[in-house]
Amino acid sequence: MRAMSAAETAPTLHPWPVHAQGLRVRAGRHPAVDGLDLALSAGVHGVLGPNGAGKTTLMRALSTVVKPAAGSLTLLGAQADGRADLRGIRRRLGYLPQQFGFYPRFTVREFVAYMAWLKEMPKTAIPDAVQRAIDRVGLTAKADKKMKTLSGGMVRRAGIAQAIVNDPELLLLDEPTVGLDPEQRLDFRDLLRALGADSCVLVSTHLVEDVVAACTDVILMNEGRLLFQGTPDDLIARGGDGDAGDSPAERGYSALLRRHRSNA
Amino acid sequence: MTHPSTMLLARYADGGPGLDDAALWSIEVHLDVCADCRAQLAAHASPATRDLLDRVAVSLDRALEASPSPARRRTRAGAVHRRWLAWTLLPWLAVTAAVLGCGVLLDAAEPSLPSLVLLLAPVAPLPGVAVAWSRRTDPAWELIAATPAAGLAMVLRRTLAVLLVVLPALLMAGASTGTSLALTLLPCLAFTVATLVLGALIGVQRAAIALALTWCAAVLLPSVAARSLSPVLQPGSTAVWAATTVALAAFTPLAASPFRRLRSGN
Repeated sequence: MRAMSAAETAPTLHPWPVHAQGLRVRAGRHPAVDGLDLALSAGVHGVLGPNGAGKTTLMRALSTVVKPAAGSLTLLGAQADGRADLRGIRRRLGYLPQQFGFYPRFTVREFVAYMAWLKEMPKTAIPDAVQRAIDRVGLTAKADKKMKTLSGGMVRRAGIAQAIVNDPELLLLDEPTVGLDPEQRLDFRDLLRALGADSCVLVSTHLVEDVVAACTDVILMNEGRLLFQGTPDDLIARGGDGDAGDSPAERGYSALLRRHRSNA
Repeated sequence: MTHPSTMLLARYADGGPGLDDAALWSIEVHLDVCADCRAQLAAHASPATRDLLDRVAVSLDRALEASPSPARRRTRAGAVHRRWLAWTLLPWLAVTAAVLGCGVLLDAAEPSLPSLVLLLAPVAPLPGVAVAWSRRTDPAWELIAATPAAGLAMVLRRTLAVLLVVLPALLMAGASTGTSLALTLLPCLAFTVATLVLGALIGVQRAAIALALTWCAAVLLPSVAARSLSPVLQPGSTAVWAATTVALAAFTPLAASPFRRLRSGN
């Protein structure tokens, strides 16, 4: 007989990688996320919404950078609000902020390796994991170039590489396709599909066609609240011929927003 | 460990006719760990297998020649100059060193004034400490704040980096003016720890500014105006400074929780 610690008896499976109830998060004094209920399973989830809908603030709260003001937030089966110890969650998390700074003198490899070290990966696993992450985003040829010599799209891809270097179970990408050319966006969609096979990926974007092409699930936010959650086909089905937009999905998007605004 | 018989190995080398999957797998697992059996297997290899292996070797050699050579490993010492902290701190530390240098010169030129090195020592590390945990000065703060390494340990490590530069500078300044080393270093450590403890409550940057202003208003300016050293820096107060430092240091572990997130006040 021996005593079991709480860590040993904790369930290893959890129904939702992301589970928020009545989540409120402030950006400055403004409540940018205001009573959001969200339950996400594995797969690729696209977060859509107009400017100021609270997408970035939601991403910051899910990445444990910002503390929720109220409500409950459970990430990967562990409590992530209040004074909870976040190290366990953060080791299994990947995050690409909307605007991220970097140390200009670092090479891409050093930057990704430094982030891998900060994510407390085993030292022996870091070089291989770094090379793999850089290969996956297509920066192999630029791996030993300094960050300050890269173009905007390459910096973005280096950011994606640092987010996926620890094979995260929860991956948060805020506007990952900004600055990518059309061909790179196609590659990125393939990468998203591969990542979503066994982890929970959240992608915030303005590009409705990216969501329809690569996501298994669409989340539409407006004014800090959840407006719609469903498959891309559900989104397309909401649109009619009279709605604004050039593609069926865009028509669905504008129909949902218009309906919500006329009700409000 | 039982080695597969020579007959079994010969059959395995032939492509395994008459062996079921379970037998094949157990031979395979064994071959992974046993060099002797691998050598035996190589002796049994058929001409077709040898030919295949030769072709693989040739194409591998060709691919290795065509691909870029492995990147040169940089040494750890060579990487320090690319660290963000090293460059961000440089101006602050240079100013600190310059101010201390002026203190030394003034001490020599105006012996009637109270020792400026002593008066400046407590606030010398504060600019560096303020930079150590800040949203404004660290460009990658949002990336770092989402990693498990973010927290009190990181703040302490960065503070240590600051002290590693400031303390020797203070030692040199103190030794050259002949002031008490304990009275130079202890207040410096006490103010550093106090910044971290107060920083847990109101943010490190605000704490550093508040403590520096308080020190200047309460001790530095009155001492210079009165042309006599404040009683808090007289030799008798060494024990009080030491006790304060230890007491504040005991509080720091309690401050771990507020440092888990890099709040907007920092």
